[in-house]
Amino acid sequence: MKTKRLLLGDEALALGAIEAGLSGAYAYPGTPSTEILEYVQSHPLTSQRNIHSHWSSNEKTAMEEALGMSFCGKRAIVSMKHVGLNVAADPFVNSGMTGANGGLIVISADDPSMHSSQNEQDSRFYADFAMLPTLEPSNQQEAYDMAGYAFSLSERHAIPVLLRMVTRLSHSRANVETAGEAQPQNEFHYPANPRQWVLMPAVSRERNRRLVEDFKLFEKESEKSPFNFYKEGSDKSLGIVVSGIAYNYLNEIYPDGCPYPVVKISQYPLPVDMINRLFDECEAVMVIEEGQPFIEKKLRGDLNRTGRIFGKLTGEIVRTGELTPDEVKKGILNAMAERSGLVATEPKGESKVVMPRPPALCQGCGHRDVYHALNDVLKEFESPRVFGDIGCYTLGFLSPFNAIDSCVDMGASITMAKGAADAGQHPSVAIIGDSTFTHSGMTGLLDAVNEDSDMMVIISDNLTTGMTGGQDSQGTGKLEEICLGLGVKPEHLRTIDSLPKNHDEMMRVFREEIEHKGLSVVISRRECIQTARRHAAAKAKKA
Amino acid sequence: MKTDIVLAGVGGQGILSIATILGAAALKEGLYLKQAEVHGMSQRGGDVQSNLRLSSSPIASDLIPFGGADLIVSLEPMEALRYRPYLKPEGWIVTNTAPFVNIDNYPAMEDVESELEDSGNVVAFDMDELAKKEASPRASNMVLLGAAAPFIDMETEVIEEGIRSVFGKKGEAIVESNLKAFRAGLEYTRQLIKK
Ligand code: SF4
Repeated sequence: MKTKRLLLGDEALALGAIEAGLSGAYAYPGTPSTEILEYVQSHPLTSQRNIHSHWSSNEKTAMEEALGMSFCGKRAIVSMKHVGLNVAADPFVNSGMTGANGGLIVISADDPSMHSSQNEQDSRFYADFAMLPTLEPSNQQEAYDMAGYAFSLSERHAIPVLLRMVTRLSHSRANVETAGEAQPQNEFHYPANPRQWVLMPAVSRERNRRLVEDFKLFEKESEKSPFNFYKEGSDKSLGIVVSGIAYNYLNEIYPDGCPYPVVKISQYPLPVDMINRLFDECEAVMVIEEGQPFIEKKLRGDLNRTGRIFGKLTGEIVRTGELTPDEVKKGILNAMAERSGLVATEPKGESKVVMPRPPALCQGCGHRDVYHALNDVLKEFESPRVFGDIGCYTLGFLSPFNAIDSCVDMGASITMAKGAADAGQHPSVAIIGDSTFTHSGMTGLLDAVNEDSDMMVIISDNLTTGMTGGQDSQGTGKLEEICLGLGVKPEHLRTIDSLPKNHDEMMRVFREEIEHKGLSVVISRRECIQTARRHAAAKAKKA
Repeated sequence: MKTDIVLAGVGGQGILSIATILGAAALKEGLYLKQAEVHGMSQRGGDVQSNLRLSSSPIASDLIPFGGADLIVSLEPMEALRYRPYLKPEGWIVTNTAPFVNIDNYPAMEDVESELEDSGNVVAFDMDELAKKEASPRASNMVLLGAAAPFIDMETEVIEEGIRSVFGKKGEAIVESNLKAFRAGLEYTRQLIKK
């Protein structure tokens, strides 16, 4: 029975996948994509149907696990944040070559404005060079509807599909009409073309030719997609190509309907015929898209359109940060001035007294104790450098700690500290969280073990994936064994509890291990207080 | 009917439960809703806000444009001021006046108060105190919701239903305490606008 519910974009997508016969969901937590797997975990059908929903160690392992499920004919999703797709890039791009058997949706959630990320990369570029179809929902209902659609598309062409989310859709709630019943899951079955899954050069060359042919079919799909359409407009002085969530902003600023013809895009490759028609009928074309100027570049490049094209490359639309109704309005006004029928809205009444209130490490967080002790010890050395990583502890960059000198990508603390040590840096210190360590720190640590690099790695173990809300961390309870297994010398693998009362003891351990000539690992441990609180509440509920 | 609200506060103060309650009420009333919220920073203490849009007809954007909000509803006075450019000229600010000071450069309270006074339609009082007196120190957000309710185009009974459905799992005592806080806030604003 059809039901109406309030769902986040992430939840709508997850529910759509479950109701379309999902068998496996794979992910590593990352804002704004985390709620997708969390929703799958919380849904009653997940245990009833034995849907896989355990967190993976990183996005690459998640992507490969999903590909394995697809190989066996089952429907799978894998979700990650945009920079997670960098980690998964190898299997992602090669999955275009293997193709899919059971429907496979790769969900990448972009974060324009960098609400909680280190860059604004646009996932559509990845799908373009992997030659995969892409879907980009404009609202929560489409996110729900697209899950089932994407599985069918994927199975029809035996190809994985990229589904691009953005923060504002992932983390915004709206009414969604759902089917309220779930389709059966796929039967276990092997690929019809088993050869294609062995990407040896001879196979790949043959496959590559096929993929180029298939890409034309993906274009045809886009042309007739229910999510792409041409909307007539009375004023042909401008035509608008608008994609994904930007479509809502266009509707917001023209509540009585946009006067210009519009091509709305939520499925790629681009529907070329629709766009050519817009160019033929209109004097100029404006592109409004969230993220980087992907469509705009395609129009100027692949479609070879010349003439007046307005957008981010030409500066009418703001190049960085996320779009808003006000920015879209400004963009159209920049191109068309008062002919657009719009009136500029300037922000009025800005406060003169408001101060920024940046997030800070929670009071009572163990990372604080690590930084206090580390800072105090490093004062004893002439030119220490601390290489940081991704997690709550990245906030150690801010005052009062000012404790880290770098933050690049998952795992880079250890490898950068090693490179710096190779160059002669001393003390060279890496600080990394437990979840980030098992995500991408272990392989780097092996490099350091093999050369006994003169550096100290601090694993600040809070027994969870803290920043994204306390998901299970894959290394919990195993960190010492992992380090020893990788070859860290037992006498230079130290463990302490990150507590204020251990301040002097922590200082002593740090000092000794910095002074040791060679590799040391200090595991400094205390559960995240937010996660501990949740665990306590859950326990109380059970009792 | 159409009400666009900016909910504001500091991480951990509980503005999102206001959004959940209004969401439950809206769903029951068959209203459209869009609510953009900030996730991802589990740490406490940064500024948080949520755009909440309620309407009897479909809503396009998840975000409220400048000068578009009917209401700014805030659990913290400086946070209320942060979003002033989003308020309609005839809109209302409903805010707690108890400051949450966790930054070194928090402005002088007189400056915050005087800007609030110059902000047009304002309901501002110490909601922490009223919550403590009437219900529980943890119910400031329900005092706030009550104080904002007269400006939301929805029957108060429907919002009360929302409170029941959201807190129901936690037991009758919690529901009653939150309803009491809600009614205390509601009464405060009613008295104020009567004058
Ligand atoms: S969420 Fe946990 S790990 Fe993050 S700052 Fe707070 S206590 Fe520390």
